[in-house]
Amino acid sequence: MAALHIQSLKKAFGGLPAINDVSLKVEEGERRLIIGPNGAGKTTLFNLVTGDLNSDSGRIFLFDTEITRRATHRRVHLGLARTYQIITLFSKDTLEHNIALSLLGLSKERWNTFGRNHSPEDAKAVLAMVGLEHLGQRPVSEVAYGEKRRLEIAMALAQKPRVLLLDEPLAGLSREERGAVKQLISKIPRETTVVMIEHDMDTALDMAETITVLHYGRVIVEGTRQQVVADPKTREVYLGH
Amino acid sequence: MLFLLAAGFSLIFGLMRIANLTHGALYMLGAYIGVSILKTVPNLWVAAILSGLVVAVFGGLLEKLILRRLGGNVLGQVLVTLGIAFILADFCLVVWGGDPIPVPTPAFLQRPVRIAGLAFPAYRLAVVIIAIAVGIGLFLFVEKTRLGAMIRAGVDDRDMARAVGIPVSRLFTTVFCLGAALAGAGGVIGGPIMSAYPGLDADMLPLALIVVILGGVGSLVGAFVGSFITGFVYTFGVALLPDLAYVILFLPMILVIAFRPRGLFGKFAA
Amino acid sequence: MVGGEYYVNLGSQIFIFAVFAASINLLLGYGGLPTLGHAAYLGVAAYLAALCALKLGWGHLAAAPAALVGTTLMAAAFGLIALRATGLGFLMLTLALSQVLWGTALRWVAMTDGDNGLRGLTRPFGMDDAKSFYYFTLAVTVFSLWMMARFVTSSFGAALAGTRDQARRMSALGHNVWMVRWITFIYAGFWGGVSGLLFVYYHKYIHPVSLSLANSAEGLLAVIAGGSGTLAGPLVGAAIVMLLKNYVSAYVERWNMLLGFVFVVIVVFMPDGVVPGVKRLWRRYISRA
Repeated sequence: MAALHIQSLKKAFGGLPAINDVSLKVEEGERRLIIGPNGAGKTTLFNLVTGDLNSDSGRIFLFDTEITRRATHRRVHLGLARTYQIITLFSKDTLEHNIALSLLGLSKERWNTFGRNHSPEDAKAVLAMVGLEHLGQRPVSEVAYGEKRRLEIAMALAQKPRVLLLDEPLAGLSREERGAVKQLISKIPRETTVVMIEHDMDTALDMAETITVLHYGRVIVEGTRQQVVADPKTREVYLGH
Repeated sequence: MLFLLAAGFSLIFGLMRIANLTHGALYMLGAYIGVSILKTVPNLWVAAILSGLVVAVFGGLLEKLILRRLGGNVLGQVLVTLGIAFILADFCLVVWGGDPIPVPTPAFLQRPVRIAGLAFPAYRLAVVIIAIAVGIGLFLFVEKTRLGAMIRAGVDDRDMARAVGIPVSRLFTTVFCLGAALAGAGGVIGGPIMSAYPGLDADMLPLALIVVILGGVGSLVGAFVGSFITGFVYTFGVALLPDLAYVILFLPMILVIAFRPRGLFGKFAA
Repeated sequence: MVGGEYYVNLGSQIFIFAVFAASINLLLGYGGLPTLGHAAYLGVAAYLAALCALKLGWGHLAAAPAALVGTTLMAAAFGLIALRATGLGFLMLTLALSQVLWGTALRWVAMTDGDNGLRGLTRPFGMDDAKSFYYFTLAVTVFSLWMMARFVTSSFGAALAGTRDQARRMSALGHNVWMVRWITFIYAGFWGGVSGLLFVYYHKYIHPVSLSLANSAEGLLAVIAGGSGTLAGPLVGAAIVMLLKNYVSAYVERWNMLLGFVFVVIVVFMPDGVVPGVKRLWRRYISRA
């Protein structure tokens, strides 16, 4: 069964098609990379999958559940998690608090209006996973950019998602930071299916076994790394850009 | 008459994203100034125009001196307009006292007019005609003139408008004046029907709000249709169930919000 | 002792107003939802309690819960409407809703006696002297503020603050943002209702002005003056507003004009309120010492 199955999805903004008949099937445990130049519709595709945007037509399945019209938070409860390209963290709060909010999102405890029964240990354990445990008490606004990126990923991983969407996790990072984040992603357990967007082709090719090239809202090429690199259409998209 | 009120409110809110809560107070101020002018110049139309000008100047000063400083602080702007509204209301109470002041209807409009066997009070008919005329005038202004085009650009995308060199801040002052003028003149023209009394501001503000919520923010057509619906519902509501006119007023608003949260003709969510 | 009674009554008024301001603070300070119609809950609870007593002849033990239930249900219904929007839209909708109630209270003379207000009410437990009512109010206020403090520091409160700062992110983390806001709206309405009950017991009289924009604005001013999103803010703000109102109105009649000026001054010069301002100074003092 596919972990994420998209059937002829369409979305237009004021008559301009952003996603034009995209179908996609990501198997369970797969690492899928979606590349394409800026404006190819990659983030729009993510927003449609998470429910930040509603599609005009087409269907989306998460495992055996159709999620096309479900509210964003319901999709999260079905095992979907994402990171954002532009960092949207709770910048005044500590790293631990950010993780705690993520853990709360899936716990019944979030409806507790009278007390606070979550242990800081859980949040610390998650931070340790990404090597940020020493910064737990710092407010987000005071840590480095690369650390924020890792926190983004940690917040998504904290929910032990079945499908994880990573929106340009390497963007804006230095070479060393990029190495750290790449290693972090490679350590994600296989129970989690990972779909990752990247607009720069070279940085991320080695992170996935299957690659989809998106251009003007359409799937241009799809296949293994070798197939995609060898395909003349890929080069056309990137050289023509 | 309601349209004059709501159009200004809608313009200001749509373009500047300022919920101008002084609007009801400006309307009342207009009505009172009109009353004073009428004592020396016994002509309602002159009074309306003069009063509109005075209120426009006041609105312009308010925008330039206070609101401009709070750019971006949306809640702050709302609260300041609210504070000014209280000051204005109290000011009117000090100057013109607590008793309602009737505004005389112009003599030649006092008789009822018969159309198709139905009698209409001539003055109300005249108000409707003025509202339509102003509505058309505003529509032409916004749709056909250069300034209007700039205003529309500002409503659609403020940053973009600034980027292409439109003097957005001067435009804001202009629009604020225009909106205030409409409220002020509306207060005078509405005078013979409503008269001028303390609390007029609080009566008018919810009407303006409901019209704009109904019609959609920043839409003239919406403000026009919204005022007609609100006016009708209110008038009939008062006639049928005087105690609950306000509750009835509220029904179209609920329906619109439930089904069209952007209002009937709005571009943005209210 | 007459002077003593004056201060005791002033204390009661401050406490009542603090509960009201704290309930606004739940929405404005913690939920990021600027309400300009919170007088609706104070006024409706007060009117319901008064009407139950006067028209139905109910005792306090029946009227008070009925008023609170009615107010809470109304908050639930209003929340459905107002939460179609956030920010300015929310503000306008709450304002419009409360203005409609105000207009109704003023016009529906058969029910509310309009501008005359409803009189002839009593306090519960025969607390007609200032002192025993003061202690009653104090107890209720402490309990209310404590409940609200528990609310904002709870797990739910953490989620609420999250929806204020990053609503979209919160839903991407599995939080039902709308539901969080709605529950808060209802909760704030309930405590607004509690303050309304205290209000009507204190004055033994209720007038449409309690439902007015000016009343909502005074509450909002107290929250902002005290510091929104802080626990002590509403109490400090309520004290400031009530002291101003009582002392100044003893000398000049123009309370509304003053209220307007205070609004403008605070918003322009002290946007984050008195409590955070003092805290900032205190921290600076500590670090220097």
